[in-house]
Amino acid sequence: MAKRIDVSGLTAYYGSHKAIEDISMTVEPRSVTAFIGPSGCGKSTFLRTLNRMHEVTPGGRVEGKVLLDAEDLYGAGVDPVSVRREVGMVFQRPNPFPTMSIFDNVAAGLRLNGNYKKSELNDIVEKSLKGANLWNEVKDRLNKPGSGLSGGQQQRLCIARAIAVEPKVLLMDEPCSALDPISTLAIEDLIGELKDRFTIVIVTHNMQQAARVSDRTAFFNLAAVGQPGRLVEIDDTERIFSNPSVQATEDYISGRFG
Amino acid sequence: MDISTTTDVPPSASPPSLTERKRAARGATRPGDRIFLGLSRGSGILLLVIMAAIAVFLTYRASLAISRDHGNFLTTFEWNTNLTPPSFGIAVLAFGTIVSSVIAMVIAVPVAVAIALFLTHYAPRRLSGPIAYVIDLLAAVPSIVYGLWGALILVPHLRGLYGWLDTYFGWTGILSWEEGAPRTMLAVGILLAIMILPIITNVSREVFRQVPRMHEEAALALGATRWEVVRMSVLPFGRSGVISASMLGLGRALGETMAVATVLSPDYDIHASLLNPGGGTFAQNIASKFGEASEQGRDALIASGLVLFVITLLVNGAARAIIARRKEYSGANA
Amino acid sequence: MSTAAVTDKRGGSLSGARLPKWSPWAIAAGSVAVAVGIGLGAGLGSEVQWGLIAAILFVLGTYGVAARVEGRRQAKDRVATSLVWVAFLLAVVPLVSLVWTTVSRGVKVLDVHFLTHSMGIVADTETGGGIYHAIIGSLEQVGLATLIGAPIGVLTAVYLVEYGRGRLAQAVTFFVDVMTGIPSIVAGLFILSLMLILELDPFGFAGSLALAILMMPVVVRSTEEMLKLVPNELREASLALGVPKWRTILKVVLPTAIGGITTGVMLAIARIAGETAPVLLLVFGNPFINTDPFEGAQASLPLYIYQQYAAGGDAAYDRAWAASLTLIAFVMILNLVARGIARWKTPR
Repeated sequence: MAKRIDVSGLTAYYGSHKAIEDISMTVEPRSVTAFIGPSGCGKSTFLRTLNRMHEVTPGGRVEGKVLLDAEDLYGAGVDPVSVRREVGMVFQRPNPFPTMSIFDNVAAGLRLNGNYKKSELNDIVEKSLKGANLWNEVKDRLNKPGSGLSGGQQQRLCIARAIAVEPKVLLMDEPCSALDPISTLAIEDLIGELKDRFTIVIVTHNMQQAARVSDRTAFFNLAAVGQPGRLVEIDDTERIFSNPSVQATEDYISGRFG
Repeated sequence: MDISTTTDVPPSASPPSLTERKRAARGATRPGDRIFLGLSRGSGILLLVIMAAIAVFLTYRASLAISRDHGNFLTTFEWNTNLTPPSFGIAVLAFGTIVSSVIAMVIAVPVAVAIALFLTHYAPRRLSGPIAYVIDLLAAVPSIVYGLWGALILVPHLRGLYGWLDTYFGWTGILSWEEGAPRTMLAVGILLAIMILPIITNVSREVFRQVPRMHEEAALALGATRWEVVRMSVLPFGRSGVISASMLGLGRALGETMAVATVLSPDYDIHASLLNPGGGTFAQNIASKFGEASEQGRDALIASGLVLFVITLLVNGAARAIIARRKEYSGANA
Repeated sequence: MSTAAVTDKRGGSLSGARLPKWSPWAIAAGSVAVAVGIGLGAGLGSEVQWGLIAAILFVLGTYGVAARVEGRRQAKDRVATSLVWVAFLLAVVPLVSLVWTTVSRGVKVLDVHFLTHSMGIVADTETGGGIYHAIIGSLEQVGLATLIGAPIGVLTAVYLVEYGRGRLAQAVTFFVDVMTGIPSIVAGLFILSLMLILELDPFGFAGSLALAILMMPVVVRSTEEMLKLVPNELREASLALGVPKWRTILKVVLPTAIGGITTGVMLAIARIAGETAPVLLLVFGNPFINTDPFEGAQASLPLYIYQQYAAGGDAAYDRAWAASLTLIAFVMILNLVARGIARWKTPR
């Protein structure tokens, strides 16, 4: 079910500004890959090119290739809408649909994609909420609005919503940065469980978090403010944090800048 | 904010003495402060007085008229105010006001919402800015110009539409046509719709623009098409705003005078068909009947104006209430 | 995975069949052609119907083609897009027609003679005459209304923003909202009821009073918005220097917001300049030049348009259009200048 991502020569722009330049990497299926780097280095932009969300931003455009298994996301005739169904996303701030109930939030993606019987929907919603470790907390109030939950619960609701449509890849854009430490821990545990089923890519500002949850880590950097961000290196997380091959990575990790 | 560049009082201009500072601390005891506060508070109170005076004087003159009314003010189907005793009633006017406004809303609200969506989510960005600006300007076109255009340009163009409606929907009775001039409730409704379109569009556009980006991205990331994004994120978020925008438009349609007076060919009867001339609205009746009205006729018109006043107050009050609720709601989710 | 059979109700591939980019244009061209064909064939007289038929064909055609090639969801999306475009185009037609007719018909008799002569010796059925008396009347009535309405409006806003606490401020806020919704004819009736009591005949200033009532809430609202934009630090900085509050408001707060306040006042002027109903009741109209707003009936531009329309006949209609063009030009210039000021002087 999970798929491999192969990026080659990817460059992304906001209007005429080049945000990231010439990035190539491979993300293995059923693994967690973390993106780290200083603010403004383009790691979130890069993440958003992986499900064609970048081009939603006014002026956003992309050059290069992103292969999902063998299929180019940016190939001719590819519908960005179907790309986003294959590659799910969880955002920095929890964003459940404020006017929908908890149940409807999780079912939202399914309802878009086809006719499900009520019983099928019930099953999938329950399974997804269980998958997001939220079922026990909300099973008695599935018809209450999702906005009534705590921040951490809302974020897990968003994860449940994303995994309900069974994407091949799950992108997470600093999913814990708006949460307290306990909620963060819950999400990190969840990531560890989800990687059995999905290819997970997570952007994080928190290096301990990257070390805790990820199998591979990619370090992004930019030469100077206004310059495009670049991929410095990607390697096994253990190596990045113990013995990185590039000096800049070691400087960043040991807190000498950024 | 850099103070020295934005204030007209550089610190050196008025070096305050110690006694002045002490007085400043006591605030309103300075004569200048007292006068200024008095002036501004007085203006606020004046507004309240004006509102009260409107209600009081209209009610007073209206009560004079109604006490002389030989017919039933609510149910009489005529407006003979210069007779002795006078006989008049607002039934036809109330009916016409409501019917024309309802037609206007039925046409204008969906179109306005669609245009607002067009401007915020569909049009190329280079196009949407100027168009929004032009629609803004169109909201400022005086109603008499709409009236002139409606009577001289729109009405002649409606003949074809009327014949067509009569052919296919004449059997309903509501849309049957006897080949008269199309200066009827439907024409009024269409013209009112065109008039209130800019205001409803503008307010709805503002609301749609405020939809948080993250709600739209949530839908996009689930693989929603643009229409599904609109349906899942934009419309639910903007619903109460659209309702209040529509109420504002409705308030305008209810009180519109000149555009109705120029287009409608009135009488004092309720007609089943919207395509046959006749009927009237509160505001149109006041404008049309004023010239020939004696003093007691004017009082009768004031009485009908009071009813219109109350109706628009209720509609606007409802709109404000919805806006106020929306503020709480969006604050909780910000 | 056991539930995979349930979950996967979509095609495996990322790239479904898609319509080429030019397809909406092709469908649009096709529907217009068919609509014109139907219109000519069936002898439908009105272009309104042709347009409606074309619009319906376009929406249906889009749905049919897209549903066949791309699937139901994409078809819905395309229909929504085409509906939104159709709604926009449908709305543009009358609005463009309004502006176009006013300009094209208005320029016919609009010249210096028209602007500098009254209707005093010209019967409504004859050609000639002009709007000089109406311009004088409008300027005086609107000017007086502004002199009354603008200061009261601005001061009320100052009260609400700078002093307003408690019940009184709440009541004022509420009733300003209520006042915004008063139909102009009701404001006219209010002054009329006073005139009936005082047994006065129509005169210009009575119209000004009604217009001032219509103007006040608009000025209060826009001024309030502008004053709220003035940062508190500015007020505190001034107060901390020992400047009394009233001088702070006059010398710091109001100058900072003056651009926005001017814009609001000008937009309010533009609004009342086009009001007909209260002027009809209170000023009554007068074909002669009356420069005294406090004595005797006056004319005004919007009222002139109405009376020329009511008089009927080509000569009168021509004058009505020309007067409309003058009025629209005045209102639009006010609007454009006001927006220009707003852009140029926003507090930053």
